[in-house]
Amino acid sequence: MDFQVVVLAGGTSKALVPLVSKEVPKALLPVANRPVISYVLDLLEQNNLNDIIVVVGGDDAAVKVGGWISSAYVDRLRVEVVAVPEDKGTAGTLRAISRRLTASDILVVSGDLVSDVPPGAVAAAHRRHDAVVTAMLCSTPVSGPTESVSAGGKDKAKKPARCNIIGLDVTKQFLLHIASGTEVNKDIRVQKSILRAVGQMDIRTDLMDAHLYAFKRCVLQEVLDKDLDQKEKFQSLKKDVLPYLVRTQLRSAVVANSRAQEENGNYKMPTQQSQVMLSQLMANASTPSFHELFAFGPNGSARVPKRTHKCCVYIVPKDKYCARLNSIQAYSDINRDIIGEANHLSGCSFSPQNNFIHPSAELGSKSTVGPHCMLGEGSQMGDKCSVKRSVIGRHCRIGSNVKIANSVVMNHVTIADGCSIQGSVVCSTVQLQERVVLKDCQVGAGFVVTAGSEYKGESLAKKEKNISI
Amino acid sequence: MDPRRGGRAVSDPKVRQVGFFAPGPDRTQSVPLESSSSPVVSDISPSGNSLSPVMIPPPRHASDTHILLSGGSRPVPGFPPVASSPLRRPSSDAAAHATVGSYNPSEMFASESGSEFFDDLSEVVASPGGMGRVRKSGSGKFATSLPSGGFDLMQGKGRNDGVAMASSSLTAVPGANLPVGVAEKMHALAEVQNEPPEDAKAIPFKEKTSKAERRAIQEAQRAAKAAAKAEASKAPAAASGAVASGSAKQAKAAKASSQIKDNASVVVSEKKGGDRQSEKDRKKDVPHPRMQFDDKTRVEKAKKRAVVKQTEARNRVELFRHLPQYEHGTQLPDLESKFFQLEPMHPAVYKVGLRYLTGDICGGNARCIAMLQAFQEAIKDYTTPPEKVLGRDLTTKIGSYVSFLIECRPLSISMGNAIRFLKNRIAKLPLTLSESEAKASLQSDINRFISEKILIADKVIVKHAVTKIRDGDVLLTYGSSSAVEMILLHAHEMGKKFRVVIVDSRPKLEGQLLLRRLIARGLNCTYTHINAVSYIMHEVNRVFLGAASILSNGTVYSRVGTASVAMVAHAFHVPVLVCCEAYKFHERVQLDSICFNELGDSDAISKVPGRRDINYLGDWTSSGNLQLLNLMYDTTPSDYISMIITDYGMIPPTSVPVIVREYRREHLWI
Repeated sequence: MDFQVVVLAGGTSKALVPLVSKEVPKALLPVANRPVISYVLDLLEQNNLNDIIVVVGGDDAAVKVGGWISSAYVDRLRVEVVAVPEDKGTAGTLRAISRRLTASDILVVSGDLVSDVPPGAVAAAHRRHDAVVTAMLCSTPVSGPTESVSAGGKDKAKKPARCNIIGLDVTKQFLLHIASGTEVNKDIRVQKSILRAVGQMDIRTDLMDAHLYAFKRCVLQEVLDKDLDQKEKFQSLKKDVLPYLVRTQLRSAVVANSRAQEENGNYKMPTQQSQVMLSQLMANASTPSFHELFAFGPNGSARVPKRTHKCCVYIVPKDKYCARLNSIQAYSDINRDIIGEANHLSGCSFSPQNNFIHPSAELGSKSTVGPHCMLGEGSQMGDKCSVKRSVIGRHCRIGSNVKIANSVVMNHVTIADGCSIQGSVVCSTVQLQERVVLKDCQVGAGFVVTAGSEYKGESLAKKEKNISI
Repeated sequence: MDPRRGGRAVSDPKVRQVGFFAPGPDRTQSVPLESSSSPVVSDISPSGNSLSPVMIPPPRHASDTHILLSGGSRPVPGFPPVASSPLRRPSSDAAAHATVGSYNPSEMFASESGSEFFDDLSEVVASPGGMGRVRKSGSGKFATSLPSGGFDLMQGKGRNDGVAMASSSLTAVPGANLPVGVAEKMHALAEVQNEPPEDAKAIPFKEKTSKAERRAIQEAQRAAKAAAKAEASKAPAAASGAVASGSAKQAKAAKASSQIKDNASVVVSEKKGGDRQSEKDRKKDVPHPRMQFDDKTRVEKAKKRAVVKQTEARNRVELFRHLPQYEHGTQLPDLESKFFQLEPMHPAVYKVGLRYLTGDICGGNARCIAMLQAFQEAIKDYTTPPEKVLGRDLTTKIGSYVSFLIECRPLSISMGNAIRFLKNRIAKLPLTLSESEAKASLQSDINRFISEKILIADKVIVKHAVTKIRDGDVLLTYGSSSAVEMILLHAHEMGKKFRVVIVDSRPKLEGQLLLRRLIARGLNCTYTHINAVSYIMHEVNRVFLGAASILSNGTVYSRVGTASVAMVAHAFHVPVLVCCEAYKFHERVQLDSICFNELGDSDAISKVPGRRDINYLGDWTSSGNLQLLNLMYDTTPSDYISMIITDYGMIPPTSVPVIVREYRREHLWI
């Protein structure tokens, strides 16, 4: 279908700091015992998109991600892993690989997207309208009641600031205004020309950008090469490129030349006159969007149409799952959803009790694993343990009388007897000694929690890590 | 039972006509049709009950059985004593007729008429409606024993169709018996039957009734034996006494023009198998030309094949159950999500399909051009796979594209003609051409088709039509037709002073776009809705209409509402000029807008966008008692049309068959 896919896998994200580290880049952060990037790659594979460019920030991370992908997807996908310097921003990343882009349209996916929305839907909407950019919008996650009380404490203050303001036309197909996160507290400035052309605009705050875009290649490259105001290039797709395209959709400076070229190349009609007639006929037959109406002036008499381009949206339907892993809160939410309501994404078959226990896992006597749990390969559990709504990774050794609820325990974690873990994330190779009580904590990789200590709402990591923060 | 049925035919002239009909001859036709068919179906066959009473063609075999039974079980007044066994009598007639059928000249038609695929398709499409009607009206005649009625019908039809029907052979009808009745109805419905009827003047006509009867009985007995044998040896069809016609039927029963023979053979197979023939065998026998969406099993099968998952709408209007209608909004997401999975589909074709589905492109010319351009792209990117021949492989490729497009939206007749043209061109490609040459020649063929058949045709139409516009005229148009728009603009550019009345209708409100464009160019316009057409017609001098297709009986198939505008204009003695490119002409004959039509999204009529205050229906649309009908097309009978302006000049509607014939020949030449 002439689409090229670019997965932006990121490097080591700052927002997820105790969880990610040099050893575990963001793309390999396990979600329900699978690296998060595997969700995107599986989704693409299901949709016959087998040629993928994965862009990773940082060389070390690229080696790690590339190694994992080539071992996991050998013979299945043709993945090209490209390393770019880490601090370039999404737009900079794309600029770095700009020469590799050849197809007429580019699908840009964020590597931290966990979703079952077929990317074809976005591509189809893009093609249908011949749009310059099509963005996928999903509804902002409403964190579950239990989580928001506990882990959401920190986010609460942020929340009002974080919501995006998105203006759509009445048919919910075109993007008219987008302002994300930081700009919200100011007044909203809506362009008069757009408002006048559309007549009616829906402004919504319950949607967020899912970081899945379809771009027209030529436009994307042109915009990326453009200077913003003073010698400064676009940094981020979401914050700079998309708003720029949306802002200028009625006074386009990008598309016109490329499109004219295409059409002339495609259909050679015998005479100029019938060419005009033909395009007239086709234009009259299709229902015009506000762009076209605007282009031909208020009474349709403009001789030279104004140049416009279209920015479309695809809104994720309610029955599909779509979330981005961009915060610790989101991390525990996504884990909960994947072992819960969205368990078709996890790729394992859940038992009738709604949990998944790997056959090689060993449970002691009187240990119970409740519904919505996942127990990884080779993990051992002592007697009288109870696990509720939690993910436990591979080769964990868990002693007796341990209680784990609403938590994520990654691989090779040792938990001694009598611990209690609630609402926490415990990274790989962590050791919890006897009678540790953790509530709403994040424990970084390799940390050792001493016996008998109690923590609540803290982020624990090795010393040098703490300094680096 | 019998008196009731007889009485009903007379006293219950319930006429269900959809579309617009001239009062005279058609009425005679539709009365017996209605009165006879409904009792036959409903009384005898439990399986036939779901069929709507008018002319939805049921599966052929089933209703033949009805005729058989009904014909047999009642004493036929015109035909008194001999028939006692319900099985024998009609079958005997059938046998007699079968012989006639097999010698019939219509076979010539069958072989002559189109060898190309689409030809067949269209004719197939034409046939079942005709057949259904014929059968039913035939049996109705027997019931009421009014052979003269049948004669009337035939004559009326002949006139109506503008077909040179020699009625000389058919004067024999009143005296003749049952099979003749059938045969004559067949004639009446055969499409272009200007063949001299001497050959058709058949053996049974000359014979005395009694003799024919005796002979028929004999034949029947013989055939029954043969059939029994055939059954035993599991030979499904063709083993009956009338082998020739039976096998011929299997071969090309689909041909509408071979209806006579065809029907004969159907009756024959009836005779041979009676009711014993298993349901399965029958299904194999009977060609199903076009999906009838009230046939559940077939719909299920088609669903499995379908590329696009479709959920069918539940509350469909009974009369239109044979047409596809899907829940609105279920197709698009599915098609979208499969964007990358439809590997064999070319992106250009996919895009066009998507735009059909969402209604981004509408209008016959635009849809046709969009499709052709998509095919052009697909051909450009096409490479013949190894060990395959371009001609064949490309044909199947195009075929798969076409079926995909049909799933998105049923084809228009103009698109059908264009596809036929393209397939014909592919088939006629000389084998000596290299692949790139072949592709280039096909691409230029498509370009030629677009420019010659559509664009230049439009120019010629404009040139002709402009002569009909004088200063001070008030012209009325309905909806938005590209040809009419060009005419109006051109006339305006020539400096003619006239005023345009644009009549529009819900739900599409296409007229508004036309209005917008006309006003931008400085024309004087009046805009009104179709409710007011009878008021505005007073001041109108001429009505210009567009058409989706013109059928060979002069019927204009066009956007729903056109017929009422034409009718009102006719009543006010305002000339109605239909502008239509000749590539949209079709040899099909259609008398109503039921058999072939398209159902639009029912939400479009139940909801008024942007007016929450008057959305009274709200969620009632899910109620089982409410059925919404959003028809897309209707047929305007030729009586209401003064003139058809086409690229071959201005012609009366009766001359359409000539154009169809000539145009087709030219098709082959290109």
